[in-house]
Amino acid sequence: MPVSWTLLLVLALAGAGYFVTRARVVALAGGDVRRLHSRPSYHGWNAALLTALPALFLIAIWRFVQPAANATPVAILALVLAAAGLGFALVRSAPGFRARNAVESMVKGLLILCSSIAILTTAGIVFSMLFESGHFFRQYPWHDFFFGTTWSPRFGGGSQLGILPLLWGTLYISLIALAVSVPIGLFAAIYMSEYASPRLRGVAKPMIEVLAGIPTIVYGLFALITVGPMLRDYFAQPLGLGNSGSSVMTAGLVMGIMLIPFVSSLSDDIINAVPQSLRDGALGLGSTQSETVRKVVLPAALPGIVGAVLLAASRAIGETMIVVLGAGAAARMDLNPFEAMTTITVKIVSQLTGDNDFAAPETLVAFALGLTLFVITLGLNIVALYVVRKYREQYE
Amino acid sequence: MSDATLDGAQPRSSLLVADPRTRKRNAAEARFRAYGLGAIVISMIMLVILLFTIVTGGVGAFRQTYLEIPVALDAAQLDKNGNRDPADIRKVLTLTYGKILEQSLQQAIADKGIAVAELSAKDVSNLISKEASAQLRNRVLADPELIGQTVEARVLVNGRVDGYYKGRVSMESAARDANTSPAQLQLADALKAQGMLATEWNWSFLTSPDASDQRPEAAGVGIAILGSLYMMLVVLALAVPIGVAASIYLEEFAPKNRWTDIIEVNISNLAAVPSIVFGILGLAAFINFAGLPQSAPIVGGLVLTLMTLPTIIIATRAALKAVPPSIRDAALGVGASKMQSVFHHVLPLAMPGILTGTIIGLAQALGETAPLLLIGMVAFVKNFPSAPPDGLFEPASALPVQVYNWTQRADPAFIERASGAIIVLLAFLLCMNLLAILLRRKFERRW
Repeated sequence: MPVSWTLLLVLALAGAGYFVTRARVVALAGGDVRRLHSRPSYHGWNAALLTALPALFLIAIWRFVQPAANATPVAILALVLAAAGLGFALVRSAPGFRARNAVESMVKGLLILCSSIAILTTAGIVFSMLFESGHFFRQYPWHDFFFGTTWSPRFGGGSQLGILPLLWGTLYISLIALAVSVPIGLFAAIYMSEYASPRLRGVAKPMIEVLAGIPTIVYGLFALITVGPMLRDYFAQPLGLGNSGSSVMTAGLVMGIMLIPFVSSLSDDIINAVPQSLRDGALGLGSTQSETVRKVVLPAALPGIVGAVLLAASRAIGETMIVVLGAGAAARMDLNPFEAMTTITVKIVSQLTGDNDFAAPETLVAFALGLTLFVITLGLNIVALYVVRKYREQYE
Repeated sequence: MSDATLDGAQPRSSLLVADPRTRKRNAAEARFRAYGLGAIVISMIMLVILLFTIVTGGVGAFRQTYLEIPVALDAAQLDKNGNRDPADIRKVLTLTYGKILEQSLQQAIADKGIAVAELSAKDVSNLISKEASAQLRNRVLADPELIGQTVEARVLVNGRVDGYYKGRVSMESAARDANTSPAQLQLADALKAQGMLATEWNWSFLTSPDASDQRPEAAGVGIAILGSLYMMLVVLALAVPIGVAASIYLEEFAPKNRWTDIIEVNISNLAAVPSIVFGILGLAAFINFAGLPQSAPIVGGLVLTLMTLPTIIIATRAALKAVPPSIRDAALGVGASKMQSVFHHVLPLAMPGILTGTIIGLAQALGETAPLLLIGMVAFVKNFPSAPPDGLFEPASALPVQVYNWTQRADPAFIERASGAIIVLLAFLLCMNLLAILLRRKFERRW
């Protein structure tokens, strides 16, 4: 692999540059380091960075843009660049040279670059999905996608790719998940912040945090092998509502369990942020503890709790593994919660796994689905963060 | 007040007897407390049920039924030229080894005088796993001197028979099953009574690669563990330096301007973007645009890096913020530059917090499944990837994806394997979290 050899050579050159330059400035100062502006190691670092950075950037850019092309010319160019950097640093090194300032500004540049990667990621997400969705909408009319009520992809052509059944499944499952997680999570948070003894808190809080640390695939398997069959055998079949192990209810319940710690830890923070003086005032007027919570603490914390619920909803809408294993694959618009339905995320997975033909609308639709998902969750997050932030300012 | 006393009526309330309204309020209070306690109890019960079902379902994957029979490795069949040339031996297919195993088993049954009613030849041959012949072949290829000898072979049995000893298959279900029969299970019982069949601890579950649909008894998580490890190496090598550098800039150097604001909002939004969206990014950017290979740990690692960056940045910034400003002021006061004060003083003091955040971010990345499905890590991989760096570009699997993969198979024995793989995954997560807690305990410092 010429790339790793080039990398090694560049790094070796940089290491050599460090020692040679350091020795050179010490020699120029006649062995008396007090005559240098910067300590000798800064001169060394200056040379090492000047040698390595441009060459490494060149290699990185080339790897990303043209990975399959012939490596040799670029490798040579990189080595020439490294040598040039080293030569430049050596020529510049002198006792009066402000090496520390030079090194620090280079390091600062690197730090700025690293912090911009977050922006690059977002830009990458948006552009990659916009780009491929553009391909999709050129082949498939957008109004049929957004307002179509049938989802039946056929790889022979003549597919109907309406998002509404998927959106309905997503929202239905999220609704059930929120109906489970919000009351339980909220009550757990209230109990832990207002009632629980330190001992109970010391046990219960870590246990709920364990729930938060369990990967979603584990919840998915739980839905598939335990919750699904149980709901089918004890509820759906006796009630005559269906015989499917995977159903909206299965996925919703399990997702609700997954979201309990999320809701409870967010609400816990928010409830704890309500000033103690409000509680003391209510208690001093003779209200019981529960009246204090219901009539003073919760109204004061309401914007934050709404924010937490919105964040939980965004998590529920974007959740994948639980619905892949628990909700089924049939795109359907139905009210029966024991029927299998499907979601946007399930269809993204099923359209993009296996052999993909990136010219067919049946594959490209996944990008349009992803873009829709991204926009929905981003909107929810922005509203939630706005609400939470605005609320926090009230009491600080 | 005076009117009331003048009235001469009974006092309307007493401190000793609660009036209806107070009783109602107290009952409401008690109910409210009960709801709260109930919520906590429900979540704890859910946790217990979740872990219990997974562990009881998966513990079987760590035990495996083996058959110990003497196998006569007939030189006439395995090495026709008689020169023990590896190239010639390699030409003999697993089919031949399967026949040898079958003959050996029949011989062993005859020797021990086991007789089972309604036992067909198919029942006998199906007792042995289809993987066993391949394993025997590999053993002979590794040591050609074995040919011509009679060796004791430890042979995998069929998944149904294995399931019989783990309680998954019963005589009744076997009667309805095309892949096994009650007579076969009786034969297995008879062999077990002779001490030839035993259910033992199954190391090969942790070391062997995935196996095809027909042979759940041979499937293991070896490649999945290795693939997950490779991805964690990539995440560690990329996410930690980049995340720490980004946090240092944002926390210590960034001027308060629009650009910094955009970055901050971006990071908090990225932390809440659904993981599958990162999978789409990985597919579009790393595979379709940059042309990196599918199902390679490097792509998985890059995607997980982008996903964990926000977690690491948020944790690191909190750790940096916790270092008191007096440390910075003291360093600046004795003539250090801003950069020196950060790298020589603030960063080492914030290290424990950064480490804890990093481990938690890694744990999150280790359990992530959805983005890996999109970059092709669901592919069936039979060969171990080589050592890094080349191995990073070769196909591999990952633990959570392996779980998903096994849930999609028809044979119920794979559900047991999937639960077993989850136990392995949870064990890794537990170790990482314990490490994080220990680090926090050991180095935590209050200013």
